[in-house]
Amino acid sequence: MTNDLKFSTRAIHVGNVRDPQTGAVVPPVHFASTFVQPGAGEWGRFDYSRSGNPTRDNVEQTLASLENGTHALAFSTGMAAIHCATMLLSQGDHIVAGTDIYGGTYRLLHKIVTRSGIDVTLAPATDLQQLASAIKPQTKLLWIESPGNPLMTITDIAACAELARQHDVLLAVDSTFATPVLTQPLELGADIVMHSATKYLGGHSDLVGGALIVKNEELRERLYFIQNATGAVLSPVDSFLLARGLKTLEIRVRQQCQTTASLAEFLQADSRVRRVLYPGLPDHPGHATAVRQMQDGFGAMLSLEINADFAAVKRMVESTKLFQLAVSLGAVESLIEQPASMSHASYDVDDRAKHGISDSLVRLSVGLEHVDDLRDDLEQAMAGID
Amino acid sequence: MSSESDARGQEKRKAKGPSTDAVHAGEARQKLGDSITDPIFCASTYTFADTQSVIDYIEQHQQREEYGRYGNPSQRVVERKLATLEGAEQSVLFASGMSAIVGLLMAKLNAGDEVIFFDECYHRSREFCSKHLARFGVMTRQVETGDFAAMSSAINDKTRMLVSESPTNPHLSCIDLDQFVELGSQFGIETMIDATLATPYNLQPLKFGVDYVVHSATKYLGGHNDLLAGVIIAEPDKLADIQNLRGIMGAVTSPHNIYLLERGLKTFELRMQRHNANGQAVAEFLESHPRVERVYYPGLPSHRDHEIAERTMSGFGGLITFQVKDADWRATADVVDRVQLARIAPSLGGVESLIEQPLVMSYYEASPEDRAKWGIRDNMIRIACGIENTEDLIADLEQALER
Repeated sequence: MTNDLKFSTRAIHVGNVRDPQTGAVVPPVHFASTFVQPGAGEWGRFDYSRSGNPTRDNVEQTLASLENGTHALAFSTGMAAIHCATMLLSQGDHIVAGTDIYGGTYRLLHKIVTRSGIDVTLAPATDLQQLASAIKPQTKLLWIESPGNPLMTITDIAACAELARQHDVLLAVDSTFATPVLTQPLELGADIVMHSATKYLGGHSDLVGGALIVKNEELRERLYFIQNATGAVLSPVDSFLLARGLKTLEIRVRQQCQTTASLAEFLQADSRVRRVLYPGLPDHPGHATAVRQMQDGFGAMLSLEINADFAAVKRMVESTKLFQLAVSLGAVESLIEQPASMSHASYDVDDRAKHGISDSLVRLSVGLEHVDDLRDDLEQAMAGID
Repeated sequence: MSSESDARGQEKRKAKGPSTDAVHAGEARQKLGDSITDPIFCASTYTFADTQSVIDYIEQHQQREEYGRYGNPSQRVVERKLATLEGAEQSVLFASGMSAIVGLLMAKLNAGDEVIFFDECYHRSREFCSKHLARFGVMTRQVETGDFAAMSSAINDKTRMLVSESPTNPHLSCIDLDQFVELGSQFGIETMIDATLATPYNLQPLKFGVDYVVHSATKYLGGHNDLLAGVIIAEPDKLADIQNLRGIMGAVTSPHNIYLLERGLKTFELRMQRHNANGQAVAEFLESHPRVERVYYPGLPSHRDHEIAERTMSGFGGLITFQVKDADWRATADVVDRVQLARIAPSLGGVESLIEQPLVMSYYEASPEDRAKWGIRDNMIRIACGIENTEDLIADLEQALER
C-alpha cells in the first residue's frame, strides 16, 4: 500500500492487509505469547510477543504511515513511550523540555530520569531564545509538546528542529493534542514523534497506550532495543482496539475541531470567562504559528479561565451534565477538569504558579456530541457562577 | 415531577443531536467502577445473595439479570442506544441479522398464517420463509417490489405480515412507506421493514407507522466489519414476545460483540456522513463514465425511486450497484479483479470498501432464468463504499474501468 494515498484511506488499509490464510477483512488478533520457530537457532518473523506480535506490528505500520515516518513502536502507555525515549540518554546527559507539558512527563523527568544522573531544564518552548540558552554541551534531547498542556501554547516545531540540528540534539515532539491529522512533526524536522495513543488515536476512552514514530532506521533500532529489553509493549487486544480507532481518526478529529472552534467563540463572548486558550482564536499568541503548522484545524482541547474563585470553579466542573469530570482527553465523550487539582496536580505548587496553571483554569476535551448540546451544557454549568 | 415537565423533558431529550445520542444514549452517566465506558460482562450466570432473593426475583418480576441467555447488562445499554437512534424506546438484539428476522417471524406467525414479501428482499430471508416457515405451515407470497396493487390483491384473511427491505439489495429500490403502512392498516396487518441499507441516520420507518424495523447491525451500525449482530425495533408491547422467544431460542449476541457494537455506534453519525458522501460521489462518477451502462443509486435523479428516496430519506448510504457496458460476466469480473482498494467480499457498511459481482458472489448456483427473473445481470457490480478518502476510491475505480 503506497503512501500516495490520502490519510483516511491509509488509516483504514495500511497495516490491515487481508489475512492470506482466511481472507478475513479484519486481521485476526494474535494473543499468542510465543511463536513456533522453524528450527533450533533459526528464527521466524515473530518469536516472543514482547519482541514482536503480528497484531502490534500491524498497528505500528499504520501509525508510521499516518505520521509519514518509517517505523513506529507501540507501548503499553504514553508514559512508557516517553520513558523509552529518555532511556536513549546516559548518566551525565541533559534534557531540555518545554514548560507547557503534561504533568506526568514533568514527574517522569524530575523524579525518575534525574535519578539516573540525567539533568533536566525546563524552558518555554514558545521562546526560541530561552530554549536555545537552556541548551548545554551535555544536552542530548529536546522535548516539546504542541499544542501544550494545559495552556495550549503553540511551539514552532520547524524552528525547534533547526535549533536541535545546530546543537546536534534529538528533537522529540509529544504530538498527542495535534494528532497526525493536523500536524506531522517528522515532516517538520523532528526526530521522534510521541503519542499517548490513549487519547485521539484510540479515541474511545477504552485503551491505554503509547507510540514513538521515527523516520530513521538507526534510531528505530536503538529505541526497539530499549523497548524489547524493558518490555512495556502494547497488548494484542489494545493493539486491535487502537487499529479500529485509527480507522475513524480523521473524521473524529475534524468534527471535534469544528465543534471546539464554535465553543471557543461562544466562551470568549461570555463575560464570566476571563480568557479562552485556544490556538484557533486570532488573539491566541500562537495563532500565526498554528495556522502555518496545523492543517485546517486547531485541535479539540480548550482551556478557559473563569472569573471565580477555586470553590466556584470546582462547582462549575462538577455541575456539567454532558461533559464528564475526568482526566484524559481525546475521546468521543467530552470531558472537563480542573488542571490545578487533577491533570497537573503532580507539578510542584511553585512550578504550577510559575507556569500559569491557576486555580481558575478549566480544561475541556471536546468529544463528538452535537455542538448545541455541549454549548447548552456549559451555559447551564456557568449559570451558577455570576 | 409533573407529567407536563416529564413531557418537556422528553421533548428536550429528543432534541439532542444524533451524535450526542450515538455517544451517550442508553448509557448510565455513572457506571460500575466509575468507568467511563461500559464494562464487558462475560458472566454466563448471575448470583443471588440468598434463597429469599431468588423468590423475590420470581414473585416480584424484578429487573435484574439471571442467566446470560436471558439478558446481559451491556446488551440492555446497546438496545436502548439503538432504540434511541431509531426514535424509539426499546429494541431486541440478536446474534445476527438473520436471527433477528427469524426471531421476529417465529414470534409473530403461527401455522396457517401467511406473509407477503416484496420480491427484492434478501434471498436468505426469502429462503427461510419458503423452505423453513413453510414446514411449520406458514405460507409466503411474493409480489413485485413496489407493486402495491399486487400486494393488496395477495392479501387474504390469513395474511399476518407485510415485509420489505428499503432500500433493497442490490437494486436499491426504495419503498413508499406511506403507501406500505396505509395498506397494512387498511387490512389490519402488521408491517416490517429491513432498513439495514438505510440505517436510522437516513430513514426512520417507525415515524411512518411501520410496526417493526429490522437491521443487520453487522453492517453500518457495527460499522467496522468485525462483528455480527441483528436488531428489531418496535413499540415495547410488540417486543415482549420476541424477547421471550430469544431467551428460549438462544440467538443472543456475545458480550464481546456487544461491546464492539456499542463502541462502533459512538462514531455512527460521522461514519454515515462519510458513507453518504462517498456513495453519492462514486455514483455520480460511475454514471458519467463511458464504460458504465447503468447505475442503481437512490441519490441519482436517474434512479427509478429517486422521488421516493428524496421524500423519505435524508441520505442514501454507501451501497451502489452498476452495470458495465458491453461486458459479459468475465469482462465484468476483470473490472472487479483490477480494483485495488475495495476488497472482494460479501457484506457492506464497514469502514473498508467492499466489492462483489452479485452473479458470482450470491447467485452463482442460480439458473439463468431465475437470475433474469430477479434482475441479477451478468454485468452487475456492487460496491459498498467505506469511509476511505473519496478521491482515492474514485481514482481506484477509474483505473479498474480502463480497458
